[in-house]
Amino acid sequence: MTTLIETIAGVRAASRLGQALNARAEILRLSEAAHDAVLLPREPGGLSHGLRAALAARMCRHVGDEALTAHYESYLAHASDLDLATLARPGGVCGDSLHDAMARHADLLTLSPREATRQDIAALKTVGVSEADIVRLSELAAFVNYQLRVLAGLRLLKEVEAR
Amino acid sequence: MSEVVHNFTATIPTWSPYVTPVELASATSEQLAAMKVTPSNKGVSPYVLTLAHDPESLAVRSPLFNLIMYGKDGLSPAERELGALSASVVNRCIYCAAVHASRFISYSGRNNVVEEIFADERDATLEARQQALFNFATKLSTTPIEATAEDARALGEAGLSELEQLDLVLSAAIFGWANRLMHTLGEPLARSEAP
Repeated sequence: MTTLIETIAGVRAASRLGQALNARAEILRLSEAAHDAVLLPREPGGLSHGLRAALAARMCRHVGDEALTAHYESYLAHASDLDLATLARPGGVCGDSLHDAMARHADLLTLSPREATRQDIAALKTVGVSEADIVRLSELAAFVNYQLRVLAGLRLLKEVEAR
Repeated sequence: MSEVVHNFTATIPTWSPYVTPVELASATSEQLAAMKVTPSNKGVSPYVLTLAHDPESLAVRSPLFNLIMYGKDGLSPAERELGALSASVVNRCIYCAAVHASRFISYSGRNNVVEEIFADERDATLEARQQALFNFATKLSTTPIEATAEDARALGEAGLSELEQLDLVLSAAIFGWANRLMHTLGEPLARSEAP
């Protein structure tokens, strides 16, 4: 089965990079499993699948990855909570203090994680985000940033091999 | 009371979470299962107990992390650690940088590389192959992502095979994940001196 990362990166199987990816098939499979665990968990807690898709699309827009943004937009389009769609764009708010605070935290973790402090977690707790949801949100932001970097790296390696 | 560590160091601190970790005694069977498959099996750390709030993610991330960092063939263990260290410097994850600087030193015996990186961070001057690795991995870790095809080409010129280049992408990227947990969900504390 072809994974999301392979589909988006579009590396030819016969290329040297394609062979390298084949040697790392288990890593790609686990990356896909991580995607499912973070975007479509069985136990979503306070982060619905729709909210997760919206925040993922927002983070992908921050980094400028159009293909991955489109993937998460397609998830969002199938979600029932359409009021969250405004969160899929950087700067967008939905008026719910919990969800808006989560979006701000996703921005921080994407744009400048080095600036994050104890106060940022305290701010989430203040608006009522549970501790379990803080961890769920952090895993979501951290995973999407992993995926964005795997894809960015693959595109660069592919470009160099094609020259 | 231990002091928060603010500067890069190869001396591994302890880690103290900003959220209440799951208590082992009251953990669900799913949380217990997720915590077993972690890199360290010497008891369960506060970090793993914190991540156990999201057992579905933890259960997948641990084997993924281990395969990327400790898998056979491809990029050498020391150079995977350099990829991890590069991301940790950009994201200023003091704890991750300490762990992976110390592993880099034990694999490579090269204290001076770590000293140079900790002193000059992204401006560090290294020997050619390490410089190519460091430049690519740090630039892949920024937002926006600064790495270019020229940075990628430099990896091949420094002698890295496609598989080694892929392993570098993966080791830097998995620390884009790890740093965003460890640095943002807690803080590094100096280990108390032995009496």
